[in-house]
Amino acid sequence: MMRLAYMRTRAKFNEGFDQFFGSILSSIAGFITATGELVRFGWLACRSIFNSPFRRAEIISHMEFVGNKSVIIICLSGVFTGLALSYQIYLGFKLVNMTALVGPTVGLGVLRELGPVLTGLIVSARAGGAMAARLGTMRVTEQIDALEVMGVDPVQYLVSPRIVAATISMPLLCAVFDFVAMLGCWLICIGLFGIDQAAFWSRTSTYLQPYHLYEGLFKSAMFGFFFGIICTERGYHTKGGAEGVGNATNEGVVTSMVMIIIMDFFITNLINVFYKIQQLYL
Amino acid sequence: MTDETSDQPSDQKTDQTKKEIAVTSDDVSAEVSADGAAPAEAPAAARLSGGDPDRKADEPDETSADGKSSAQKYAIEMTDVKKSFDGGKEFVLNGINLQIPKGQITVIIGYSGTGKSVLLKHILGLLMPTSGSIKVSGREMTTMTEDQLTKMRQHYGMLFQYAALFDDMNAIENVMFPLREHRRKLKKSEMLAIAKERLNDSGLDPKHFNKLPSEMSGGMRKRVGLARALALDPEILVYDEPTTGLDPVLTEMVDNLIVSTHNLRKGSTSIVVSHDLYAAFRIADHIAMLDSGKVLLWGTPDDFLHSEIDLVKRFVAKGVRKELTPKEGEAELPPLKSTE
Repeated sequence: MMRLAYMRTRAKFNEGFDQFFGSILSSIAGFITATGELVRFGWLACRSIFNSPFRRAEIISHMEFVGNKSVIIICLSGVFTGLALSYQIYLGFKLVNMTALVGPTVGLGVLRELGPVLTGLIVSARAGGAMAARLGTMRVTEQIDALEVMGVDPVQYLVSPRIVAATISMPLLCAVFDFVAMLGCWLICIGLFGIDQAAFWSRTSTYLQPYHLYEGLFKSAMFGFFFGIICTERGYHTKGGAEGVGNATNEGVVTSMVMIIIMDFFITNLINVFYKIQQLYL
Repeated sequence: MTDETSDQPSDQKTDQTKKEIAVTSDDVSAEVSADGAAPAEAPAAARLSGGDPDRKADEPDETSADGKSSAQKYAIEMTDVKKSFDGGKEFVLNGINLQIPKGQITVIIGYSGTGKSVLLKHILGLLMPTSGSIKVSGREMTTMTEDQLTKMRQHYGMLFQYAALFDDMNAIENVMFPLREHRRKLKKSEMLAIAKERLNDSGLDPKHFNKLPSEMSGGMRKRVGLARALALDPEILVYDEPTTGLDPVLTEMVDNLIVSTHNLRKGSTSIVVSHDLYAAFRIADHIAMLDSGKVLLWGTPDDFLHSEIDLVKRFVAKGVRKELTPKEGEAELPPLKSTE
């Protein structure tokens, strides 16, 4: 009797064990497949950029959408980020009587990290979501099929210009974000905290170097490139009707945002490795 | 299952020789009962069996008794086309043999899930078969590169079920789009003139030319879709379920549009994929009925009306017979068939 109960428990345990590891393995397989599909799609899109005809008009039109129409939201986010960050840093630095360093500290944080990351998150939510929704709608209403039947490469016509536009627009938006964030920092430091103007600029120009700005701009270009690929891929492969478009948009935005945060860490490390190599050999 | 087909037509309808051919799936031998005349081309049984298996796809086409090669006679030739999406476990297309004659209207019908859409995608080169041969005007499609396929697709015009108009472009811009992509040497004014001409041909009132698709009715969208399909002057016009979901008046309008467009463009081939047999009977020169991934019956509308195949009889009974039978005191429904 005991043995029978033991055998049943063992069988149930084995079944549960198999299911658990089976689901983990299938998740891993699904992740690898999805990543492979994304890489393949990204490669196709990048290759199509150089195919004839060059889609200059489409690129400019998408840059207008990704870049120009994001400027206000970026300015608002940037100025309040600068204000809030300055305020927090001021409170901390005041304890050690180093308030003159608020400017360069905010500057370093914004130029190297917050500028590209926040710009990436904001623009991927706004423009990336719109890209996924637009392509998803085109897919479910057979507009992409119509392009194929007309002998027009849909990836070259719809996807590549969007990726190029996102990659070019993002550093420009990041620069705007950096500028308005520093403007906010300057306003609060001089206007509210009464930090000496000369001390603020002197310290800021001492500690902030152009390469800090370039680092942030490079990161934001990478973020633009990747959220462009992710969101267009999700939209392009939409299945089903309105629900499919909603899912594609949701997946595109969420995946882009998570990827931006993960990639930020790795790109930061890569840039540091590059600096070390530069110091050693140049 | 018993397959049945009539012979493919010659270009002259009056010379058409009717034959009844019964072919079983196991036995490819055919019983041909022609009215004394020798068949003008390869027997239908050969088509149904996939023809000579030793013949290579890129070999020159055979010339039939009327002096025309098959490339001159047929817009599309499909030989033993099979398609599986799961590595051969299940075949959506299970040995399709179909020859679509040039310059005529062929309607492909069948119940839902019989492979009509998959067949259409093969005809357009959007899907490639697992095995078999597809020739477009004599050129083998299955061996074409992506660039060759893209060029070949410029010979097609397609009207989608819901027109598939680009929703950020107005009617004129939609029709100009294929011209902008493939006729880059044309001036903008020339493109505009062509677009307006095509829209006029498809019967759209000029006051709607600048409307966006969201501001148009279903019928107007179909007209713009048709004008866009005609923009590049295609040799083959494909209609995907053109009347599905439309009211009877609009259905008749679309049927008329298909026939008038076909008549207007002499020599063009029209392929209509539909499950509206009533419409098929009104517009078709030939009908192909699909079942279980195979061509169950290929023939003229008359062949369908007199077919003894159970499935065809049921399909016809539900779709056509009642509507074709004029009620007491009513005039007989005039056929809309294309004029040769």
